[in-house]
Amino acid sequence: MGAAGAPGGTRSFWTRGRLSIETPTAVRAVVISALVLFVLLALPPLLSSYWIKVLTSVAIFAVVALGLNLLFGRVGLVSLGQIALLAFGAWAAARLFFLTDLPFPIVLLLSGVLTAVIGVVLGLPALRLSGLYLALITLMFAGLVAIVVPTTNFPNGGSGVLGHTESSSGGLAVRRPQFAGGDAAYFRYTVIVAAIMFLLALAHVASKPGRAWAAIRQSEPAALAAGINITFYKLYAFALASFMTGVAGGLYAGYAEKLYSYQFSGARTIDSVTLLATVLMGGIFSLWGAVIAAVLQQMLPALLQNWFGFFNTNPDFLLVIFGVGLLQVLVTAPEGLVVSVPRDLGFLFRLASRAASRAAGRGNEA
Amino acid sequence: MIEVDGLTVRFGGVTPLDDVSLRFAEGACGLIGPNGAGKTTFLNVLSGFARPVAGSVRAFGEDLLRIGDFRRARWGLRRTFQQEQAIERLSVFDNVGLVQEHCGGLRASRRRDVERALEFTGLELLAEQPVGKLSARHRKLVEVARAVVGSPRVVLLDEPAAGLPDEETEHLGRVIRKIPDAFGALVVLVDHDMNLVSGCCRTTAVLDFGKVIASGPTEDVLRNEHVLRAYLGTETQL
Repeated sequence: MGAAGAPGGTRSFWTRGRLSIETPTAVRAVVISALVLFVLLALPPLLSSYWIKVLTSVAIFAVVALGLNLLFGRVGLVSLGQIALLAFGAWAAARLFFLTDLPFPIVLLLSGVLTAVIGVVLGLPALRLSGLYLALITLMFAGLVAIVVPTTNFPNGGSGVLGHTESSSGGLAVRRPQFAGGDAAYFRYTVIVAAIMFLLALAHVASKPGRAWAAIRQSEPAALAAGINITFYKLYAFALASFMTGVAGGLYAGYAEKLYSYQFSGARTIDSVTLLATVLMGGIFSLWGAVIAAVLQQMLPALLQNWFGFFNTNPDFLLVIFGVGLLQVLVTAPEGLVVSVPRDLGFLFRLASRAASRAAGRGNEA
Repeated sequence: MIEVDGLTVRFGGVTPLDDVSLRFAEGACGLIGPNGAGKTTFLNVLSGFARPVAGSVRAFGEDLLRIGDFRRARWGLRRTFQQEQAIERLSVFDNVGLVQEHCGGLRASRRRDVERALEFTGLELLAEQPVGKLSARHRKLVEVARAVVGSPRVVLLDEPAAGLPDEETEHLGRVIRKIPDAFGALVVLVDHDMNLVSGCCRTTAVLDFGKVIASGPTEDVLRNEHVLRAYLGTETQL
C-alpha cells in the first residue's frame, strides 16, 4: 500500500493550509473502518445463518463487481465475461484444494494469478477493439465457459485432470480455512479478503497506473503523447480485474463448499450482463459503487424473495427490475447510486430540518 | 535541430504532405498555413500518429520515425493538441505529474519537476483543482505545463491559442517564448494567430496544400507574396 501513500505525500505540499481538502478523506477512512469493524464483529451474531450466507455472497460479488468497476469506470473497457472468470477462479481454486495441501490464502492467491493469465488473454482483443465489439467478444467468452463448465464439472475430490467424480455420495466439500470453518467465521474471512482487494484497487487508482488509466479513458492519442504504454496498462487493468475475480472465485469455492455446474451454466451467462447493469447502477466512478452493485445483485433478490415470495412465479423477473433500475439511474444520476443516494438523502434532510425549524418558529410566535 | 527530408503522407487519394523538407534549427519555430495545409498531419507524423510513405525525420541526430509512438515522449518529444486533452478527472498536479512519471522522470524529483512546470505556466495556485473545473485559458496552460515537465527536447504546440481572446493569447505567447531558454527545448508552434507566431518565433515555415511554400526569418516570410496569396487569396484579384 506504499504506492497509495506516495501521491498523498507529494500532494500534502500543495494542500498545506487547505485542510478542507484532506479532512473528508480522513473522516471517510474512519467511517469506512468503523463500518468494516461493525460488519466483522457486530453483524454475524445478529443474523440468521441464511442472511450470513447471503452477506458472504455479497462480499464475494463486491470483489467481482470491483474488477468490472475498475475496467469500465477507470479504463473504459467493457467486459461481459466477469462471471465466467469467476467460474474459472472457483474451478482453479477447487482443483488446487483437492490436489494440494496448500494453505487457504495461498490457494486464493494462486487462483487469482491463474485467472489473471486467462484475463490477459481475454484482454488481448481490447488492444484493438473497444465498446460494443469488446463487449461481444467477452460475452462470447462467457458463453464458451457456460458450455465448457457443464461438460467438465467442478472438482469434488475425484481423480484425473478435472478432478470430478460422479459418486453417489456427491463428492467431497471444498475445505475452508481451519479457523474459519463455520459460516460466521467464513463470512468474516471473506470480508477481510474483500477489504484487502478494495485496498489493492485504491492503491492502484491513486498511483501511477490509476493516472495512466484515467489518461487512456479520456483519450488514447493524448495518453500516447504523454508517454503512456497503452498496451501494457490495458492488459494490466485486465490482469488486476481478473486477479480479483479469481480470488473471489476461490472465496466462492469455499463458500459453496460443493460447486455444481448449474451455478455457472448457460442460463447464468446472463449474470455477466446483470453484473454490468448493477455495476452501472452502483456507480462506476467510485470504487464503493461496487459494494452497492453487489448488494443489488445478491441481496436484493434474497430480500424480495423473503419478504414477498417474489420469484415463486418467475426468477427472470429480476432482469426486468434491473432493466428499469438501470434506465432510471442512467437518466437521473449517471454517477450511480453511490453519489445520488447520499446527495438525495442530504437534500431530504435539509428539507426536513427546514420544515422542522419553520414549524418551531411558528410554534414560538404562537 | 530537426531535419525533415522529402516527407510524404498519403491517406487514400489525399496527400496531406507532399515531399516536405524543412529545418527547425533552435529556439521557437513557427509553422503556419491555411486550413487543410497539412500542419496537424505534420505534427502527427512527428509524434507517431501518422506514418509517412516516404521521407525521413531526424531530431538531434536520431531517426525519430524509428522510435515507437509512446517512447517518443520518453525520448523528449512532447506535444499539445488543438482540442486540449488534459484529463478532466485528475487534478492539475496529477495531470502534469503523470507525464513526468511516464516519461521516465525520477520519482524523487517528481514534485520538484511538476512544481517547476506549474510555476513556469503560472498554475501553482490551481495545483489541486480538477482540470474539468478550469476555464479554457487555464486548460491551455495545463497543456503547456504537461508539454514542458521533465526534460523535453522538442515541444510541438498545435494551435495553442485557438479560441482564446487576445489578452489571454498574449500571456500564452509570453510563456511559449520562454520555453527554449527555460527548458532547453526546441519549440515548433503551429497557429493561425500571426501576432502570436511573429511574437514567439524567429523563423517560420509556411505550408500550403501539403507543400512548403516559404521558410526563413519570420518577418520575411510574412511579407512573402506567395504566403499572402495563400492566406488572403489575392491571386484572383491580381
